[in-house]
Amino acid sequence: MNNYMKLTIPSKTSNEAFARAAVGAFAAQTDITVEDLSDIKTAVSEAVTNSIIHGYSDSGGVILIFCRVFLSGGTYTIEITVEDKGKGIENIERAMQPLYTTSENGERSGMGFTVMQSFMDELEVKSEPGCGTLVKMVKRVGAAEIYE
Amino acid sequence: MRFEIEPVGNSLVVKLYGEIDQHSTDEIRSDIDRAISIKNPATLIIDLGGVELMDSSGLGLIMGRYKLMAARGGRLMLVRPQPQVDKVLELSGIKKMLGRNCG
Repeated sequence: MNNYMKLTIPSKTSNEAFARAAVGAFAAQTDITVEDLSDIKTAVSEAVTNSIIHGYSDSGGVILIFCRVFLSGGTYTIEITVEDKGKGIENIERAMQPLYTTSENGERSGMGFTVMQSFMDELEVKSEPGCGTLVKMVKRVGAAEIYE
Repeated sequence: MRFEIEPVGNSLVVKLYGEIDQHSTDEIRSDIDRAISIKNPATLIIDLGGVELMDSSGLGLIMGRYKLMAARGGRLMLVRPQPQVDKVLELSGIKKMLGRNCG
């Protein structure tokens, strides 16, 4: 199996549910468990919310989602990137610390990256202030247990 | 998302259903706070039994209500979290903060 999909959405909170449902439906073509599917949908929700709230500061912009799935050695690898052209992150290391948030009024928990990190097998964040942020996440499903 | 707010004795029970994200928390936050301000409950009980998915926006909502209730001399209880929701709660450490109340 080797498949991909691209999704472009405006940065509206009403699109959060659609984005995670679309990625979930794409990931469902593998032998994924309900638990792993929930993990992926939750992580996508976090990444998309970050782009809306922090990347574009609620001012609007476009979010690009790219998903790829391939089967290798009995394991499905599901790769998801969520990209925005927003304001970027000054200090990625600090932003990824649990409970850290720049939002003073929005009741943000500061747990977004921690959730992505815990729910996915790999998380990579690239960002340049003024240019945008790209979050790449990987989940391996299927016969992954034999490698652990 | 669908939600119900119901006073039971000295408590206020908020039943949440569906998926909790930034979009849905924006919808329900003001309604919960209005009910707290009107009913002045000793305990706010958030029933998560009908929640299928919650991201960290839900944690923000819960932490905010915890602070609000604490400031009013009340307390917060979370009940019936499903496995995915429980996983997010565990990560945040909020269950330790709420002690035995989190069931």
